[in-house]
Amino acid sequence: MTTIGDPTGVTVQDAILRADKVTMRFGGLIANREVDFVIPRGGIVSLIGPNGAGKTTFFNQLTGMLQPTSGEITFEDTSLVGRTPHEIVELGVGRTFQNIRLFGAMTVLANVMVGHHVRMKASWWGSLLRLPAVRAEEEATRQRARELLEMVGLSRRYEEDWAKNLPYGDQRRLELARALASEPKLLLLDEPTAGMNPGETAQMTELIMRLRDELDLTVLLIEHDMKVVMGISERITVLDHGELLAEGKPDEIRANPSVIEAYLGKGATTA
Amino acid sequence: MDPLMRRAIITGLLGGAAVIHIGLIGMIDAFQSRDTIADVLTLGALLPILIALLIGWRSGGPMRAPHIIPTGRRAVALGALGGGTTGLVITALALFTTTIDVRWILSNASPSLAEELWYGQGAALGSVLVIVVSAAAGAAGAALHVIPGTIARALTVGGITAILVALMEPFVVAVLRNIGLRFLEGIFYAQGGLTLIGFVLVFAITAAGTYAWATRGRETKQRVAAMPPDRRRTGKLVVYFVLTAFLLVLPQIVGSRLSEVVGTVGLYILLGLGLNIVVGFAGLLDLGYVAFYAVGAYTTAVLTSAASPAFSPELPFFGALPFVIVAAMLIGLMVGTPVLRLRGDYLAIVTLGFGEIARILFLSAWAQPLVGGAQGILSVPPPIPFGRDPQSIYYPILFFCILAAVAARSLQGSRVGRAWNAMREDESVAEATGINTVTYKLLAFGLGAAFGCISGALFATKIGTVFPVSFDLLVSINALALIILGGMGNIAGVIVGALVLVGLPELLREFSEFRLLIYGMVLVTMMLLRPEGLLPSRSRRAELHEREDAEDQYEDEAGEETGQPVVTT
Repeated sequence: MTTIGDPTGVTVQDAILRADKVTMRFGGLIANREVDFVIPRGGIVSLIGPNGAGKTTFFNQLTGMLQPTSGEITFEDTSLVGRTPHEIVELGVGRTFQNIRLFGAMTVLANVMVGHHVRMKASWWGSLLRLPAVRAEEEATRQRARELLEMVGLSRRYEEDWAKNLPYGDQRRLELARALASEPKLLLLDEPTAGMNPGETAQMTELIMRLRDELDLTVLLIEHDMKVVMGISERITVLDHGELLAEGKPDEIRANPSVIEAYLGKGATTA
Repeated sequence: MDPLMRRAIITGLLGGAAVIHIGLIGMIDAFQSRDTIADVLTLGALLPILIALLIGWRSGGPMRAPHIIPTGRRAVALGALGGGTTGLVITALALFTTTIDVRWILSNASPSLAEELWYGQGAALGSVLVIVVSAAAGAAGAALHVIPGTIARALTVGGITAILVALMEPFVVAVLRNIGLRFLEGIFYAQGGLTLIGFVLVFAITAAGTYAWATRGRETKQRVAAMPPDRRRTGKLVVYFVLTAFLLVLPQIVGSRLSEVVGTVGLYILLGLGLNIVVGFAGLLDLGYVAFYAVGAYTTAVLTSAASPAFSPELPFFGALPFVIVAAMLIGLMVGTPVLRLRGDYLAIVTLGFGEIARILFLSAWAQPLVGGAQGILSVPPPIPFGRDPQSIYYPILFFCILAAVAARSLQGSRVGRAWNAMREDESVAEATGINTVTYKLLAFGLGAAFGCISGALFATKIGTVFPVSFDLLVSINALALIILGGMGNIAGVIVGALVLVGLPELLREFSEFRLLIYGMVLVTMMLLRPEGLLPSRSRRAELHEREDAEDQYEDEAGEETGQPVVTT
């Protein structure tokens, strides 16, 4: 239990996001209880914990889809509490979903272009009149979307296909491209390798690290695959029953007895 | 029993039931007055044959559970079996009406019905004839599955067009006279329908055209796409020019009566384009759209009519229009704001309520000093410089239809249209992707309201009077039905939908007794056979045809047409 202490006190020079005593209640159920959390800028941080530990609830509070019952979340000195999801996207927080949620009956390219919506300026009357500036912006967005598709490794061949017709792994990549299109500083990935085979998982891990470097991102991910978590994360936070259980470097978490007991199981010590 | 045969017989019996139904309600008798092919085939006689054809098409088609696709002769035989069964039922009906008199309860179950069903022949010959003709029609229907898809489609389109052209005899004749092609009248038309030569010609020309487009269309498209941009642009301009010229002279070509119909279709196109923004683009099911139509009509009437109880300095139509649009957009926001949190069914019910509230408000004693209650507002002037006659009111309607279509098109392909689409697909993800769903919902309601109110304003000046009864639920339903039928989310679909659902019934006034029945049948048939509408938008098609679409895509890539089914039993 030594690592718990005061996790916000961990020597973080430059935190991009801070959560302070975040609590989420659904009636009698407490999904998150006074969770403290810090993400250092430029880092890759993982949030792990058994099913029902409150990871996705926590994610949803960071992205404004849920409002915390109490507590404070600040992103680059701006409070996220009370903001709508689209405002938070505008501030620079992008996300993907645990169960892939693409706009299925829109083309692959359009999905990514929707992601860029928040960085576009065209007004409704500008679009109505097809002003030259609007058309130029539209074209630039299309180009940017193509670049992003290439960056996540989706072939140009697919760009006019329906998003829902893509193979599973490519849908994950597309969701990632859509999130990147909003030009986030902080990228939240909810189980990015769920349902992937080991080969695809390795590719995805490699992709996440490459994107972080190329796009100056900070990444927070929820992940079940311990190999991924241990391989990619610079710091790991463990939630259990809605509460913070441990925080630290991968090695520390691996060695932490309470974490092992709550989550990893017996085999993990030898892993 | 073999499941396919069982299905053929059951389908055939259903077809028989359909014939019994339309026979007993007097439809066959009423349609007897019109010829499809003069002296050969009346419309009344055609109906049972068409039903048998459809039955054959169903009977010979692929079966879902168990999954069997009949091929070749087997399919045709099954079609004949289905059609023949229908023929048997028709014979039974005819025999029944000649032997037992039930006219005291079913006034149409008369010997004259039997005579019509038996093609004017006696019981023995007539019965054989009916069964043979029905079986043949069934076989022909089933054969559509057997022959290559492109040919089947060409034949279907040709047949439908020929029947429609025959139906519209009075109008086409009037048009031919107006444009000085009177000599064609003698070739194509006899009193009440097409001549045999005319029918064959129309059928052959449309079928050949459809076939050519199906086989060469892709090639032509590619050739156009391969042209240098400036030439393509010139080509486009020429097409637009010809189209504009055609639309401009249309009222002179079609004459006054048909212009009236075209004007009504135009009003519904406007309504459809507006509702399409709300329902088709943004996915907000609005059943109270008539409210905006009413607001547009009433605001125009109040501002322009000298007979309006309130507001005396009368504005000209185009002077009033900006106020009308602003008023409607405000109402749009008023309706939109309280329903922001509602989705799907709940939204539909609340907007339905709003539509009724609007109508009742305009009817109420409370609003009477402003809008005249049940007496309505009379003498709404036509828009200067246009007159009220159908041939000149057509122009402002055309102008606003084009404006609305262009506006809708620009929005559709823009940041705004994409945001609406995303919202329709998944509202919470759209929000989480950075779309301000509140703004975009209100924008959809506001713009939809603007389109609807322009339609209402034109309606007021076209009719010249405004009464609350003009704004009942049926307007909302019509507008919604036409965008669904035409193809939700697609602008061309709206136009086609308005032509079919509003234009055709206006043209077939003589059968207005059966109008709602046909209307309902068309909608049910469409939803079963082609739920995405006549001209669907790409995404709508994708939603409703998941599996087939994936296959289609690969076919498209290979540049092939849908071939014939090859699976054997």
